[in-house]
Amino acid sequence: MSEARRLAIALAALGTMLLLLGVAALFVGSAGLSPAAVARALAGRADASSVEAIVTLSLRLPRVAAAVLAGAGLAVAGVGFQALTRNPLAEPSVLGVSSGAAFGVVLAQILGFETGLVAALGLAAFAFAGALLAAVIVYLVASAPGGLVIQSLLLAGVIVGIFFTAAITVIISIVDFNRLSGVIHWLLGNLAPIPATSLALFALLAAAGVAVIVRSARELNILALGEEAASQLGVDAERLKRRVFAAAALLTGTVVAFAGPIGFVGLIVPHVLRGLVGQDNRLLAPASALAGGAFLLTADTLARNVVAPAELSVGVITAFCGAPFFVWVLRARSRPA
Amino acid sequence: MSALVEFADVGFSYAKPAARRARAFAFAGLSFAIERGEVFGVIGPNSAGKTSLLRLLTRVLTAQRGEIRLDGRPVGALRPWELAREIAVVPQEAPRPFPFTVRELVLMGRYPHAPQRFFEDAADAAAARAAMLATDTVELAPLPLDELSGGERQRALLAKALAQEPRLLVLDEPTAHLDLRYQAETAALLRRLNRERGLTILLVSHDLNLAAELCDRLLLLRAGEIARVGAPADVLEQRLLEDVFGCRVVVNTSPSGRPSVQLTYDRR
Repeated sequence: MSEARRLAIALAALGTMLLLLGVAALFVGSAGLSPAAVARALAGRADASSVEAIVTLSLRLPRVAAAVLAGAGLAVAGVGFQALTRNPLAEPSVLGVSSGAAFGVVLAQILGFETGLVAALGLAAFAFAGALLAAVIVYLVASAPGGLVIQSLLLAGVIVGIFFTAAITVIISIVDFNRLSGVIHWLLGNLAPIPATSLALFALLAAAGVAVIVRSARELNILALGEEAASQLGVDAERLKRRVFAAAALLTGTVVAFAGPIGFVGLIVPHVLRGLVGQDNRLLAPASALAGGAFLLTADTLARNVVAPAELSVGVITAFCGAPFFVWVLRARSRPA
Repeated sequence: MSALVEFADVGFSYAKPAARRARAFAFAGLSFAIERGEVFGVIGPNSAGKTSLLRLLTRVLTAQRGEIRLDGRPVGALRPWELAREIAVVPQEAPRPFPFTVRELVLMGRYPHAPQRFFEDAADAAAARAAMLATDTVELAPLPLDELSGGERQRALLAKALAQEPRLLVLDEPTAHLDLRYQAETAALLRRLNRERGLTILLVSHDLNLAAELCDRLLLLRAGEIARVGAPADVLEQRLLEDVFGCRVVVNTSPSGRPSVQLTYDRR
């Protein structure tokens, strides 16, 4: 079967799953609305000021959209970082890139970016800068002569993560104590409803990052042969690396700015998909976008329902799944072949 | 008609820190040619510049002086993918962390023929299939590379290079990780590709005997300089080898009539 057909089938299957999950997520929540009420609100037959309309359209729908965007962005960023570093364990939180982005966001917040579209753009820009800074540091620390060594890359990621987390703590310690609870909730990953304009910006930036990585997928496959072999096949490896690095950092920064540093999505989703669609990034990257959306949507729906009426942070759920998963993958990889 | 590959007065040296690591060698005016249809071997001690010579040819490194020409055109004037349509390098190792299938690997060889395409087309699939037929890897096509034996993996990597439909096939230590049987298989396959398709082959190897068996001509490098170029029998000469490698050797004649080099160990 040709790659194009396999891609179409994978996207159709994952797209259907995502759609069903998205609709299902609109029907559950702590407000205890009846399915009929939700359906009424969705069909536009409920009064705009009614409880069902506000809960469904202003709370649940943006939250579902944000979860899908964040999951898609993180999963594709994971695919990008994995291809760049030739390491299937690389992903935004493991590499410390999420912490860099979070540092950028906290910095932007104390500088006064709070609400509104301009502020959202400012937060995203700071998060992108932080993500890029962390990614570059990790890359430079880990790129010893002779290429990126897997262990040193992971260690560099941990160290950079610790550093930026400490820097965040310093900032939190010296600013107004009243803003603390919100920041802590956000730092664990929080998909609170976002205003429509911010959501649109989120969608735009996520789409741009995903598009760059998907379009680079064929070259990223060839990069798996090593930089020298890739350039001998006619790939401009330096430009490819810079492009994908920037796109993966943009995705990480965007998600962190709008949803907080949610961990491990970029590890779990591509890893499971590699078993289903194989290693070809042309299938893996677009499939990861849909599957990442579905995964984080499911995790967030769990997060806002398991301890209802209280809420867990979605990052708690992904960390509980991701940490054991990471250990399992690491052990499977270090087993002698 | 010009030779397929010409090195004309090529000068190259690594920048200071890299030079210290690579135990400083430099090419100062390297000149030689590879003719169409021949199997050309580059041999020499460690850090004599063998791999750097390949990297200069494939533009991973850039010469600081002189010119490298492919079919009369300077390689620097070609776009990267244009060069990759002419020169195919057999990678030394398969991509390890991501076990692509053999078919996916071989199709990567089609990239330089249409770099702007997202998926390969039917013509690419046909070229990949022809390359797999030539290397006897058709049955391996759906298998991930990490499930292959060393010899099978080597053939798959060779198929990737053939899918490029190059005029020059470049191999760097093709038998480094192979046991005797796979070494023999690889050698036979290369000879067949050269004889049946007239494919020009550039082979870089530590293995003097493999080079002697396969190559029409050899180039012996010593610290970036040409110690000798010529037929294996002229290059693999006891005096010259002892001088270049700094050890005692015996040169015999193999059953195929080619020279065969043996190290003699000092037993005192």
